[in-house]
Amino acid sequence: MKLVTAVIKPFKLDDVKNALEAYGINGLTVSEASGYGRQRGHTEVYRGAEYTVDLVPKVRVVVLGDDDDAESVVDVIIKSAQTGRIGDGKVWMIPVDSVARVRTGERGHDAL
Amino acid sequence: MPEIPEISAGDTAWVLVATALVLLMTPGLAFFYGGMVRMKSVLNMMMMSFGAMGLVAILWVLYGYSMAFGNDVGYGLLGSPTEFFGLAGITADSISGAIPTFVFVMFQAMFAIITVALISGAIADRTKFGAWMVFAGIWATVVYFPVAHWVFAFDSDGVTGGWIANNLGAIDFAGGTAVHINAGAAGLALALVLGKRIGFGKTPFRPHNLPFVMLGAGLLWFGWFGFNAGSALAANGTAAVAFLNTVVATAASMLAWLLVEKIRDGHATSLGAASGVVAGLVAITPACAAVNIVGAIAIGVAAGVLCAMAVGLKYKLGYDDSLDVVGVHLVGGIVGTLLIGFFATDAYIADSKLGLFYGGGAELLGKQAIAAGAVLAFSFVVTAIIAFGIEKTMGFRISSEDEQAGVDVRTHAETAYEFNDAAYGGSFTKGSGSSVNVTAPEKEGAPA
Repeated sequence: MKLVTAVIKPFKLDDVKNALEAYGINGLTVSEASGYGRQRGHTEVYRGAEYTVDLVPKVRVVVLGDDDDAESVVDVIIKSAQTGRIGDGKVWMIPVDSVARVRTGERGHDAL
Repeated sequence: MPEIPEISAGDTAWVLVATALVLLMTPGLAFFYGGMVRMKSVLNMMMMSFGAMGLVAILWVLYGYSMAFGNDVGYGLLGSPTEFFGLAGITADSISGAIPTFVFVMFQAMFAIITVALISGAIADRTKFGAWMVFAGIWATVVYFPVAHWVFAFDSDGVTGGWIANNLGAIDFAGGTAVHINAGAAGLALALVLGKRIGFGKTPFRPHNLPFVMLGAGLLWFGWFGFNAGSALAANGTAAVAFLNTVVATAASMLAWLLVEKIRDGHATSLGAASGVVAGLVAITPACAAVNIVGAIAIGVAAGVLCAMAVGLKYKLGYDDSLDVVGVHLVGGIVGTLLIGFFATDAYIADSKLGLFYGGGAELLGKQAIAAGAVLAFSFVVTAIIAFGIEKTMGFRISSEDEQAGVDVRTHAETAYEFNDAAYGGSFTKGSGSSVNVTAPEKEGAPA
């Protein structure tokens, strides 16, 4: 199994969620994140004092999938999260040793 | 002693309501200031206002009212502290003007409270709560009560008042000098004595909740009708003029501040709108019964423009007046107080003094400048002395470790926000559960 993690623009979350659902992914975990890449930060002004804010708000989406699905999940996320402008984010995957469903104790593929 | 009752029901009803409105300004100020600080200091910021509400109200009825409105002890500098000690001799039948004296006592109490609370904006994020409370009590006693006497105590049958109101004859209708220049100069002195926050001028101190700031500005504007129109101490035409100008100048100031921002920074900001509102309110406070709408617009625009530029001074000059008590209240107070010397007119209220633009010559302007300068200098010097005294004895500032961890959790053993369903773990340790589930500090401020 693989763990796919994507950091995307917050307003693309719905698109990504819908695309993953359409692909057949049953569950995902979302958390708010902040960071920067090539996009860097933005400027804010408070009473004339200009601040460069380095960390931009992002959403982190985490999906567990079978080995066979993982590359497709990455493709689905790329396609649905892409705007073509700087700051679209990153997707990466790492191998997962084991997964268990808390309610039933099922392991592996059955737990997905 | 009991006079023939000449209480006006209408006047009394209005001043009672105005008194409650002025009280509401202090929680409003707590929101205005609280939204501007970082998340880890919002409770401490708001507590400095609430602390003033508790302490100053008590000192006021004990001896503050007497020091401000007792018979003068000499040269218009101070009212007799003993004459009305504990409000002695005042009963429900006592009358001031056409309202019960108790109503006047309470109306003026609210001014004392908010003046003290205003100062706290200069020392956000880094102040020991206990030291603040000690400061608040001493400052009210040796600075505010005397200055309120100078400015607000008018001579009346057999009673001698303060020197600015009577001997000098400067115009300060609702407290441009006594409240705003006074608090602003005190804020500057405190900011200098306490020093800069860790990271000042390097790391961004972003306001953590701008909607709070706007809520606070809204409450302040609402309450300010009590402050200004209530200062007529009657439900009459003077109150109406004060009300009118409180709308007009404030609106002009907000627009002016936003225009400055748009031109200078490229963006009109919500913090700028809220700040412009307060700057306008401050500036029109002394002038609200002395000018017509032309003067009100001019004062509003001047306050909006000058205060918007003045808030940047702290970075150039290197003092950490955290929430711009100097830039808004000191500068706004001076703008309003001095512009009376130009714009005072009898257009709305007959037999009023005239300013330079209305044929009154420069005499009034000179008086306004003396009043502003005297209050500024007195407040700055005495505040600096009090602050040094507290700093050298009990310490005014929290430790740098506590400052970085956050003054809320270290000083009050609370955190402002719990947005997380999973909370932060922990267990119930002792007491009746009045405190939240953060790790209590080992050092100071842990609840018994």
